[in-house]
Amino acid sequence: MAYLEIKNFCKKFGNTEVLKGIDISIEKGEVLSIIGSSGSGKTTFLRCINFLETPDSGTMILDGETLFDAERDKKVKESALRTKRLNFGLVFQSFNLFPQYSVFDNITLAPLLQLKERAKKDKTIDYSEEKQKILDDAEKLLAKTGLTDKKAAYPCELSGGQQQRVAIARALALKPKILCFDEPTSALDPELTGEVLKVIRSLKGEDRTMIIVTHEMGFAKNVSDKVVFMANGVIEEEGDPKEVFDNPKSEKLKAFLTGINNKEGE
Amino acid sequence: MNYLLLSAGFWEISFDLLIGFFETLKIFSVTLLIALPLGLLISFGTMSKIKILQKACATVVWIIRGTPLMLQLIVVYYGPGLVFGTGAGLSAHVSTYITFGINYACYFSEIFRGGIQSITKGQYEAGYVLGMTKSQIFFKVVLLQVIKRIIPPMSNEIITLVKDTSLARIITYYELIFFAQRYIKNGGLLWPLFYTAVYYLVFTAILTVIFNRIEKKLSYFKA
Ligand SMILES: Nc1ncnc2c1ncn2[C@@H]1O[C@H](COP(=O)(O)OP(=O)(O)OP(=O)(O)O)[C@@H](O)[C@H]1O
Ligand SMILES: [Mg+2]
Repeated sequence: MAYLEIKNFCKKFGNTEVLKGIDISIEKGEVLSIIGSSGSGKTTFLRCINFLETPDSGTMILDGETLFDAERDKKVKESALRTKRLNFGLVFQSFNLFPQYSVFDNITLAPLLQLKERAKKDKTIDYSEEKQKILDDAEKLLAKTGLTDKKAAYPCELSGGQQQRVAIARALALKPKILCFDEPTSALDPELTGEVLKVIRSLKGEDRTMIIVTHEMGFAKNVSDKVVFMANGVIEEEGDPKEVFDNPKSEKLKAFLTGINNKEGE
Repeated sequence: MNYLLLSAGFWEISFDLLIGFFETLKIFSVTLLIALPLGLLISFGTMSKIKILQKACATVVWIIRGTPLMLQLIVVYYGPGLVFGTGAGLSAHVSTYITFGINYACYFSEIFRGGIQSITKGQYEAGYVLGMTKSQIFFKVVLLQVIKRIIPPMSNEIITLVKDTSLARIITYYELIFFAQRYIKNGGLLWPLFYTAVYYLVFTAILTVIFNRIEKKLSYFKA
């Protein structure tokens, strides 16, 4: 069985079927890219994985543990949901940094809150030592994302590219098993996308398991181990990136890729 | 007292009015003490998913904001006596605190609701995917952003409150304006009434400075 196995994810909003049975499997350390035209359900799929939406049917097994089973999980307690969510990280298109916190505090806020909770329950935890670990980790993440000199800055003082790198560092600080990206560069000026993609590429070098929704076809092609093309809530085509991009089989994917190439050629 | 009033000079009158102003200040402070937390509760009520609670809170806010504060004071002060006979009913002070507290809570609740609802969904979702609880998200992420956004309308409302306190006079709460009017009744001295404006002006000036400071303090981030 694969590291992450998702079977038959379906999701309706009212009468619109947005996901119509999505199956995906990823091995540990793999990068999966999801491409597809606007409205095909990519964001919805990521939100389901991250427990921001509840699928109407389907199952999700991570590392042998059934995290979600629509039959079983009609009503999940808030506290259980939190634990499940922590298996994943999500980087949003619009960054969603916390504006009142410095870069450093954005990264350490959630880990420190969790440490406090743990320390309250378990008196054997050495709070100051654990706290120091979190702060040291954050320093390393700043270095990794090239933000060491922006440590004390506030989000409003940063460029979009810098903000998105903070968002990546913030997600990594919680050591998620799988990190998801929802069009991480779509809100950026073209000259800023490179710095963000570079950080993501460096994560690939560390064998992080990632799911990336992107419109950057070149990036998807050379960073992914597997590409999935979604259209109208189903997986229309999937496979090795070279196969998918250079030798598309379905008409929809051909049309999609032609459309993108035309746009880029303009 | 009449004798004292007639023979009083500027400083004595100033001091006497200061005592009246303390009564004004008392209405002001007690109102805030009641209205700030109550307003937050009502705003949660008007945003509640529980339909009955939401409707009930919205109706209260509608009635309170839709009728004059003066009328509300009269109803609370004289109402119980009229319905249950003389002897029932509350003192002028308690009636004032309750009426002002509820009245301002309703106005505040709408400001709070606007502030809370103006925070984007993305802030909550970022909190959720970082494994934060709803209350952590509210207190650690959302609250300060809300405070920053509601400072201007709140300062407006609070400065209005300073002057609304004078309405309490009509149910015999002896505050600043009442203190000044005694001089007209008892000695035909008109200027103390006009002079009360100075007390209101100085106080609102102090409040303005305080609110500007807070605004400046929170200007380090954009939200
Ligand atoms: N909360 C919601 N309520 C109702 N409809 C929704 C909701 N969320 C998404 N949808 C609908 O579901 C469909 C898929 O949306 P989704 O955001 O998943 O697409 P996407 O593939 O991410 O598109 P894009 O490339 O534009 O980001 C859209 O038609 C959208 O209008
Ligand atoms: Mg999307």
